[in-house]
Amino acid sequence: MSNSPLKAKHQRLVLILLAFAALIGATLLAIYGLRNQASYFYVPADIAADPPAPGQAIRLGGMVEEGSLTTAADGVTVTFVVQDGEGRVPVTFTGILPDLFVEGSGVVAEGSMDASGTFVATNLLAKHDENYMPRELEDMSREQAREKVAETTE
Amino acid sequence: MIPEIGLAALWLAAALAVLQLLGGVLGARREGMELAAVARPAAVLQALLCTVAFLCLLYVFAVTDLSVKLVADNSHSMKPWIFKVSGAWGNHEGSMLLWITVMAMAGGLIAFVERRLPERTMLATLSAQAFVGLGFYAFLLLSSNPFQRLSPAPPEGNGLNPLLQDIGLAFHPPTLYVGYVGLSVAFSFAVGALLTRSVTPDFARVMRPWVLAAWIFLTLGITAGSYWAYYELGWGGWWFWDPVENASLMPWLAATALLHSVSVLAARDALRTWTIMLGVVAFSMSMIGTFLVRSGILTSVHAFAVDPERGSFILALLVLYIGGALVIFALRAATIAEGERFAVTSREGALVVNNIALSAILGIVLVGTLYPLLTEAFDIRVSVGPPYFNPVSAIFLVPMLLVLMVGPLLRWREDGFARIRWQVIALFAVTLGVLLGVWLVADIHLLPLIGLALAVGVGIASLLPLAGRSLRRTPLATWGMVVAHFGVAVALFGMASDSAFQQERLVAASVGDAVEVGPWQGRLDTVYPVAGPNWTAIQANLHLAYEGGAERRAAPQSRNFWAPVMETSEVALLTRWNGQLYVAVGNQAQDGRWQLRLWWKPFVTFIWYGGVLIALGGALSLVGRVTTDLRRRRRPEDDVDEAYPA
Repeated sequence: MSNSPLKAKHQRLVLILLAFAALIGATLLAIYGLRNQASYFYVPADIAADPPAPGQAIRLGGMVEEGSLTTAADGVTVTFVVQDGEGRVPVTFTGILPDLFVEGSGVVAEGSMDASGTFVATNLLAKHDENYMPRELEDMSREQAREKVAETTE
Repeated sequence: MIPEIGLAALWLAAALAVLQLLGGVLGARREGMELAAVARPAAVLQALLCTVAFLCLLYVFAVTDLSVKLVADNSHSMKPWIFKVSGAWGNHEGSMLLWITVMAMAGGLIAFVERRLPERTMLATLSAQAFVGLGFYAFLLLSSNPFQRLSPAPPEGNGLNPLLQDIGLAFHPPTLYVGYVGLSVAFSFAVGALLTRSVTPDFARVMRPWVLAAWIFLTLGITAGSYWAYYELGWGGWWFWDPVENASLMPWLAATALLHSVSVLAARDALRTWTIMLGVVAFSMSMIGTFLVRSGILTSVHAFAVDPERGSFILALLVLYIGGALVIFALRAATIAEGERFAVTSREGALVVNNIALSAILGIVLVGTLYPLLTEAFDIRVSVGPPYFNPVSAIFLVPMLLVLMVGPLLRWREDGFARIRWQVIALFAVTLGVLLGVWLVADIHLLPLIGLALAVGVGIASLLPLAGRSLRRTPLATWGMVVAHFGVAVALFGMASDSAFQQERLVAASVGDAVEVGPWQGRLDTVYPVAGPNWTAIQANLHLAYEGGAERRAAPQSRNFWAPVMETSEVALLTRWNGQLYVAVGNQAQDGRWQLRLWWKPFVTFIWYGGVLIALGGALSLVGRVTTDLRRRRRPEDDVDEAYPA
């Protein structure tokens, strides 16, 4: 500590301020980034009520409607309908389907809506096994079960 | 009998931790020195007992003792033996026992070998280590007993998640845990130094090898985990910004910052409180990671058991330890005198930029990881992925890498740019040249473009500290820095090249059809079923040639496991020096064609080569530091060049 202690204090203060400024900057950036880049989870009913802007990244969750799955001539593009009892959304996906993806099961699709109201999926998350499924689907199947019960007892 | 021995060893170890805590506290307060003498042996004995407990667990898994509940729940007699043994830590209880064992071994090791610190600081450190350990013993023994018996024993076990039946699992978790939990030593040292107010360069030299060692394992663990996700999940990606990946990245970021600041403290006696703070933060990130991964808050292949009681237990430990350490920090930080001053253009100045940028990235990753959990409390579901993490962290990563090019050329304390003017100008000219050159010839996104240019710039800059030196007389620690920084450039090049130039082809092919992707051409030859010890599979056989060269065989499989029932994709990888061809087979369409997914990924392997180089650099530094230290202790007057930090 050969230098004057006052100046040393000064340097510590500058370093602390710098660190704070960077961390506050990082937080602000993070908040800004999250507001614009986080992709929200929708069920078909939400999309019917308040459609997201075309091209905005979202996640769509629901059940694959029975009898709606078709494969295009190229063999790798599939279309199907995701429904939740209140709304229906047509989905296209080009890629290898997850192993346990079948009609009537739950699915979470990542992607965005196109201008014509079709959901273009870039990735499908289906139930891998009973212990590993997309978090959103846990509730989905429960809600679905409740709906099924309501339907049959009416 | 064996499980009971393991359980008894664990309880004994916990009792020894109590003894170590008492002895350490009394010794640090200069009372009851008789009991203080117990602290070190207690730590060493604890390490041995935990090792015994862990060996017992390995044994019951190796012989598939189904009367142990954990084995019955997670193993199966038909599994290959290597997966039986590695299955011991492929579950919640076993992995927590591994955590405790590593922690006890780290504590035992510092108690056994570390004689350089003032004894009071050492005792305070050991009591901090014991205090943290006790919480995890309590967690293991009270809520996650790995040796619980099951009566009657079932005839067969439930099996292990097939995704985890992979050679990667045998090494990835232990490596990562040594890193995670090794940071507990840095945490305990920081608390010990705070309590006894002895934050000195000597303290930094003692702490540095431990931080380095933990960091090396963390680096290797993350690299291995990334490669595992790449070839096992079959999605062709190497980093998903998955919360579980972030949980391992956050302690790494903190440890990397700590590694650089501890060097400043060792060499120049500056950044005292900051280094202590990072020591606390690094292990706190390990604990937050464990909480995120193990509490069941996140659903992933890593969340073995969803049990809210366990989650609350870990959360309570987290609040206790992180909160406690921060309170001690708040109370003591002001009493630590300010360290040596330095100019803005100096080695220290550059390292401060490195530290601030790493901390900012850490903050960004932390916020992005916790945000979905926060919004879920308000019933809003979001997911945060690459569109957030990539650009936002790049805002701090890019300036940090620019400073990384210059920092190692600067002198300690005070320097002027005039001295290294030409080197700096040349470096930035090359970087800018690459940027413009690539931009002109290739139409790629901004981030990969910047990444490529910086990779070249950092790669050249990382070698400059060797310029003009006799390579044989260059200290090992300097070599370590050079290799690690070069590794950063190599990994960055791989990442940028893969995102910029990868080519993907998705086709439905009949047997005999031609397939091609990028420079690869070939055909689908046959598709037939194959069987393994606990699975059956559909295997596609392709032959592909790179730019008309010799044909190579690729045989991806789609596997069906039966215990538990699950399908996985086994990809085929054809590796060349300049990249990898990645082939996955999917379902059969109704018309009989097979879905095939092919990627050509130029230089993707450099990502993991870079990770290994970074770890190798750390290892060189570690060896260099330890040998210098031993020499210094033999001949104290021979003060060695401290010019190059870890």
